[in-house]
Amino acid sequence: MRSRCGVRAAFAIIRINIRAVLASSEPHRRTDLTPSPRTHSMDTAAFAPAQLAVGVAVFWLSIAAASLFESERLRLVNRVLFPAAAAASLALAVIGVRAIAEPAQTLLLPLGLPGLPFHLRLDPLAGFFLFLLGIGAAGISIYAAGYFERETPQRLRLIGLQYHVFLAAMALVVLADDAYLFMVAWESMAIASYFLVTTDHRLAHIRAAGFLYLLIAHVGAIAILLCFGILQGGGGIEEYTFDALRRAELTPFWATIAFVLAFAGFGAKAGMMPLHAWLPEAHPAAPSPVSALMSGIMLKTAIYGMVRVIYDLIGNVTWQWGLTVAITGALTALFGVLYALMQHDLKRLLAYHSVENIGIILIGIGLSMVFLATGHPAAATLGLIAGLYHTLNHAVFKGLLFLGAGSILHSTGLRDLNDMGGLIRRMPATAAYFLVGALAISALPPLNGFVSEWLTFQSALQAVRLSDGVLRSLVPLIAAMLALAGALTAMCFVKVYGIAFLGQRREPRHAPHAGQHSGGDAGVLERLGMGWLALWCLVLGIFPSTVVSLLDRVAVSVMGSGLPQAALDSGWLWLVPVRAEEASYAPLIFLVTVLAVFGLTFAGVRWIWHGRLRRAPPWDCGFPEQSARMQDTADAFGQPIRWIFGPIYRIRTRAPSPEDAQPRFDLKVEDRLWYALYLPIARLVEYVSARVGWLQQGRISIYLLYSFVTLIALLLFVR
Amino acid sequence: MAPLSLQLVNLLAAVLLLIAFAMLSQRRVLSLIRLFAWQGAALAASTIVVAHSMSQPHLYVSAVMTIVLKVLFLPWFLHRLIDRLNVRWDVETLINIPATMLVGIGLAIFAFALATPISEMASTVTRSTLGIALASVLLSFLMMIVRRKAVPQVIGFLAMENGLFFAATSATYGMPLVVEMGVALDVLVGAFVFGIFFFHIRETFDSLDIRHMEKLKQD
Repeated sequence: MRSRCGVRAAFAIIRINIRAVLASSEPHRRTDLTPSPRTHSMDTAAFAPAQLAVGVAVFWLSIAAASLFESERLRLVNRVLFPAAAAASLALAVIGVRAIAEPAQTLLLPLGLPGLPFHLRLDPLAGFFLFLLGIGAAGISIYAAGYFERETPQRLRLIGLQYHVFLAAMALVVLADDAYLFMVAWESMAIASYFLVTTDHRLAHIRAAGFLYLLIAHVGAIAILLCFGILQGGGGIEEYTFDALRRAELTPFWATIAFVLAFAGFGAKAGMMPLHAWLPEAHPAAPSPVSALMSGIMLKTAIYGMVRVIYDLIGNVTWQWGLTVAITGALTALFGVLYALMQHDLKRLLAYHSVENIGIILIGIGLSMVFLATGHPAAATLGLIAGLYHTLNHAVFKGLLFLGAGSILHSTGLRDLNDMGGLIRRMPATAAYFLVGALAISALPPLNGFVSEWLTFQSALQAVRLSDGVLRSLVPLIAAMLALAGALTAMCFVKVYGIAFLGQRREPRHAPHAGQHSGGDAGVLERLGMGWLALWCLVLGIFPSTVVSLLDRVAVSVMGSGLPQAALDSGWLWLVPVRAEEASYAPLIFLVTVLAVFGLTFAGVRWIWHGRLRRAPPWDCGFPEQSARMQDTADAFGQPIRWIFGPIYRIRTRAPSPEDAQPRFDLKVEDRLWYALYLPIARLVEYVSARVGWLQQGRISIYLLYSFVTLIALLLFVR
Repeated sequence: MAPLSLQLVNLLAAVLLLIAFAMLSQRRVLSLIRLFAWQGAALAASTIVVAHSMSQPHLYVSAVMTIVLKVLFLPWFLHRLIDRLNVRWDVETLINIPATMLVGIGLAIFAFALATPISEMASTVTRSTLGIALASVLLSFLMMIVRRKAVPQVIGFLAMENGLFFAATSATYGMPLVVEMGVALDVLVGAFVFGIFFFHIRETFDSLDIRHMEKLKQD
């Protein structure tokens, strides 16, 4: 109980902090427009946020080192280190919020390459992502303290080490201000998460999932590295600071190449459509807190990288780039949700929803780029804010949903929706938190998912301002795809919630291993972690204008322009994207109305009408003998969609014949892109390496001859 | 530099090249080791002459190092090795020796052609020997390629290092002492590693014929 109070108190502090920041920032809100004054951290106050943020990262690293001393007797990792990491995350969230309000700060660490020490910079954009990291990691770390309770010390040592290195690497990715530190942090993040994904490395399919993840992560990293190379343009090593990259003048051709590389590189990490294949494999393979961390936060570092590189480093955005991003986003969103509907493994389903949500974020960012390039800064700000807001929201609710899936897995040993049913009676607390997450991801007001999707639609509605007819007609099309994806998401979570939590308990096909699974509700720490994230789902949904005014500062620092004053003057109750006459949203009034209508109806039914209470099985349609086998399964629920969107999937069914004595129905829905894109590439690589393998004859003389001929050729060349 | 010592350096360079050719044509392992020792001696002598006439004291150190390592220790080590391994056979070559010699002459001409523009740029008086150094490097490399047994290949490797050392002395009055010591250490360690490998190779294949190692290739 005490820790719960502590978290509450910390939360109150953050709220106060946001208020304080907003109050203090009002008078000088437009003063630090473009290039923010590069104050050296030494000159500023003793508690410069940049130093504190680095301090948190170092603290995480020291926790990682301390994890190695885990032993059976101490239970160090669970009792001390994960809670400590959560506390540090809260501190980081506070630092992040402070940084949004302050001008950018830089810091030099005397580490790294000679001639290129580590440059760090904390500007509003980085501050926002630190805030996201802090909020998400706080809940997930507390949850992890409970989730990993029954692990053996040997495994906990490694989990603790990698988990905290992962957190620190993500913080450093956001803080990095030179390409070298960025890549070092980026790769440490990839490696740490790879080892976390392969925690259960004795299972072959988990190793395979980890390999696929590592492979795509590295392809992405190479693209990012090449992008930095293009931006840098062949100067000395000092030219790899982000400041130098910002100054670089690129021809439109090279700028486009750099954009494509950055988009593909970060897109691979984010799970953008043709590069999404690792996501539905790796997320289910990892332990649940790790899935939450990866899906909730790590994918967001890719969004950070995209915004940082495309807006800040490359600059001079063109509308073609924006359209590419927006269309890719729309396709990704639709693709993700359509495949999510077909899944019956809960964590795979959530992973496909991550793909979808990345698509939604990309739509916001893409629209913002289109508007920015066509000279509509206010609309561009709105799009960027929508994208970033959804980034934050997704971190919170997807983290929550993965944690909920983890609790179900822990309690019942089940991951297949077709085996679940009636969990609400066994795990009421988990069911409640999961419901919050499900409502939030389905974009139902007054929760947070609604706000950001609504903002995305609002920014799409700004398309009337565009002068180009093609663009003007394409943007509504993207919005329509987003709408479809949103509706299908709601359907998908009706399916998840209805099948897993409602209905009757199904007989598990293979009984859960007795003793290992409690069958009861989530523990205190797990509930605390989920509760924290659920709370943020509500807070971010109810106080959107506070968040939007914070995000406005981020947008100002990235693009140099913010929302129109009319939108900002609307106060904390009403969220107004552009002008109050066009659209506005008051979540608190909505919530009060909903509660009032619900309460009145309830009271009316209870007291004014008959007021009797009768308990009966729901939806039995008058049929007296119901068994769990009569319920809809997850596959059955998705059947209409499978029928309508059939060509998108690669479906293999095996239906029994009427005479079959033991009828069995098999259904396998697979990713078409896997067969159309990934396997051909894999075959090509195998073919080429077989050809190249011919060079390897196994004779030393031949190998020596290779070097000899190369030497002679080089000598001839230098003459 | 006194004309006498210049002549002396040129003479020693010629000896070096001659020994390189001799090693290329030598069929017997024991003679090969002896030739290697002589090459080291010639190298050390030329280093001493350069050190004396150009008053470069650090070259004395490297000359002493050369004598200790390449004239005394490594030949002794190789002798011991072939005693232990009992491999005093004639050396087999992949290409016959006259053909090898012809290729070697071609390489020497190539090396001289290559070195002419470089030595014109160099400022040292001993620059004319750069072509010889390069030629002996290439000849040793050639020897590594055409020999079929492991021990001559290692001798070729060590002789290549002699050539590099000579190139350094003649073009720039030697590398910095630290680098030379590092290289010497590398050679020493390399020789030990090779020695260990010989035993392993023989244990695995009952022979030091490197043709057997083709089996190691993965299909």
